[in-house]
Amino acid sequence: MRAQYILVDGLPIPFEEGQTIMQAAMVAEVFIPHLCHHPEFKPQGSCKLCTVKANGRYVSACTMPAKDGMEVENNSPDLNDKRRTMLQMLFVEGNHFCPSCEQSGNCRLQALAYELEMLTPHFNQFYPDRPLDASHPEVLLDFNRCILCELCVRASRDVDGKNVFALSGRGIGKHLIVNAESGRLADTAFSLADKAAHVCPVGVILEKRRGFAIPIGRRRYDLEPIGMQVEGQARRRSGEL
Amino acid sequence: MDSMPFALETAAADSSTLRRVAIDPLSRVEGHGKVTLLLDEDDQVQQVRLHIVEFRGFEKFIQGRPYWEVPVMVQRLCGICPVSHHLAAAKALDHVVGADRLTASAEKLRRLMHYGQILQSHALHFFHLSSPDLLFGFDSEPGRRNIVGVAAAYPDVARQGVLLRKFGQEVIRLTAGKRVHGTGAIPGGVNRALTRDERDELLAEIYTIIGWSRQAVQLVKRLHAADPELYDSFGTCRSNILSLVGVDGTLDFYDGHLRARDADGSIIVDGLPVENYHQLIHEEVKPWSYMKFPFLAALGPQQGWYKVGPLARVQNCNSIPTPLAEAERREFIDHGQGKLIHAPLAYHWARMIEMLLAAETIKDLLHDDDLSGTELTTGGTRHHEGVGVIEAPRGTLIHHYRVDDDDLVTTCNLIVSTTHNNQPMNEAIRRVALRYLNGRQLSEGVLNHIEVAIRAFDPCLSCATHALGKMPLQVELQDAAGQVLQRLRTVP
Ligand code: SF4
Ligand code: FES
Repeated sequence: MRAQYILVDGLPIPFEEGQTIMQAAMVAEVFIPHLCHHPEFKPQGSCKLCTVKANGRYVSACTMPAKDGMEVENNSPDLNDKRRTMLQMLFVEGNHFCPSCEQSGNCRLQALAYELEMLTPHFNQFYPDRPLDASHPEVLLDFNRCILCELCVRASRDVDGKNVFALSGRGIGKHLIVNAESGRLADTAFSLADKAAHVCPVGVILEKRRGFAIPIGRRRYDLEPIGMQVEGQARRRSGEL
Repeated sequence: MDSMPFALETAAADSSTLRRVAIDPLSRVEGHGKVTLLLDEDDQVQQVRLHIVEFRGFEKFIQGRPYWEVPVMVQRLCGICPVSHHLAAAKALDHVVGADRLTASAEKLRRLMHYGQILQSHALHFFHLSSPDLLFGFDSEPGRRNIVGVAAAYPDVARQGVLLRKFGQEVIRLTAGKRVHGTGAIPGGVNRALTRDERDELLAEIYTIIGWSRQAVQLVKRLHAADPELYDSFGTCRSNILSLVGVDGTLDFYDGHLRARDADGSIIVDGLPVENYHQLIHEEVKPWSYMKFPFLAALGPQQGWYKVGPLARVQNCNSIPTPLAEAERREFIDHGQGKLIHAPLAYHWARMIEMLLAAETIKDLLHDDDLSGTELTTGGTRHHEGVGVIEAPRGTLIHHYRVDDDDLVTTCNLIVSTTHNNQPMNEAIRRVALRYLNGRQLSEGVLNHIEVAIRAFDPCLSCATHALGKMPLQVELQDAAGQVLQRLRTVP
């Protein structure tokens, strides 16, 4: 049988039956910006950052199955404008103060903001008041930075089998909760060894007392921008870089 | 103790008959200052007050945050000397993580960062902010009274000032990771060492920097010698002095014990561990000012106020540990002829001696292989409380935190240099107002005398530095009913 391809910005990318656009792109090392997607977890399509145009329609790349001959527009001014606006909304909805955030340089939200050249928050800040949960001896939860991607929810439920996290409320009142009667992380079976302790793309679930031990400037996205980390490999192999 | 007001703090005459002059800054960023004067019908000064509005939301803001975030977070307190807050907080939190003694590498790297900060801040203060007044005269043509004017008339002086500052900033960048909002100091140590190449890069310049620092001391001395009467008397007010001194009694910006002397130079308190600062210092609140008035508890609010900063430090220590600066210190002390020097303008002289000390110390540190060491952090038994005190460019800086079992900050108390100097600055401008303003037509040049006195103390008024050399002031003359009679704006 002939191999099947999608065309991402004109570039033919092979895929296997059942793969989404995002999965095919990841294998081919083509960067589609995303926040709630993680290759190890079932896609849920909530952040909409991966929005692409497939055969002329806006779809989420992380949930849309690839189809042979599908023309996908990804890295275009129109889509990047929309993604930038989504990032700006995420920034103002929470309290994201990069200069004093210990996750700076390791944060996907920040890395994408740089990647998509978001220069200002544009919208008015919400300044929500969200108290920390510092009850657990090893892990701190700073809800101020939660973007509701549910990666921790999925990791704790599907990998750790503990169901420590859940989303509660609707619309603007939607927020992350800890599944314990007290609502405190200390009163769950959560541990630093859990998968859920290491999937947060921003700075909510933090190992305690680590802080700024790794200097800013030597962190994951300080060393190479997020898009380059995906695409650089492919381009390096093809001799382009 | 009765609270007899200081002379000119509160007008003796019925203030409803007096006219009011408010010198108000136009730019309000972090802390800002305002001077109000009350004049009677004969233009005699009846009341003078310096009001400094501090940004005080911070202590609240830090409550409930994890302690390891604090040294980075506190840098938002001040755009002018963030490194001082960074290090004072890290020192306080060293105790919380049980690091009562840092590794040699960590302590030296922090020291290097701090001495870089002293160098850059003192250079900025002297060359950019004060040299225009001192070189051209306090009521010289205002359009020229700035660093651009200095560059035109004294190109070498201006150039060296700019490059001295740049070198200090480079030291900060290499030790803290960034020029502003660095993260170099962490509770229990530091997060990066210097490579051999980085040290060599700084070593290539340090001897020039020392040379220029020596010239800066000579320049200040020439200014004093040219008009000793002015320099010794302008705004001069006797007071106690306070600073850290190293455990061996030498001048130390980074660590030591608290020492206070009275106005005659006799030691009142010595060897006080910094965690007992609250035994030494109490703070008075006055209804007309947002900023507190600290005083030595043993002497009370009337007698206990004190100066901090270069003038206090250079006279409070037994000696300076580097040879060139020590020789300058001796000459400075000799100038006082056995008495403590209290003249605000002598702050500049002391400040340049300190800049030389910083440059010499940076040189010594750069030759020390501990700077490239690998043992950068340490820890021990956890505590719930920590006090960190440092000599910031402007004077003693105190950070005090309590941390709960869950690692969150529960209380935070800060006493910044500008607060310590609140009373002396008020006293200095009262003297200046009496001598230069009484009975005179108010003009920009006359009012600039007030600024010159305030600026000598180098208060942390962001408006004072952002405008580089000018506190942008709005001056209003009001009658007793608060009606604006005349509006006079200084050249921005
Ligand atoms: S805590 Fe982190 S991983 Fe969990 S929903 Fe919020 S942002 Fe996502
Ligand atoms: S990554 Fe596809 S919707 Fe979030």
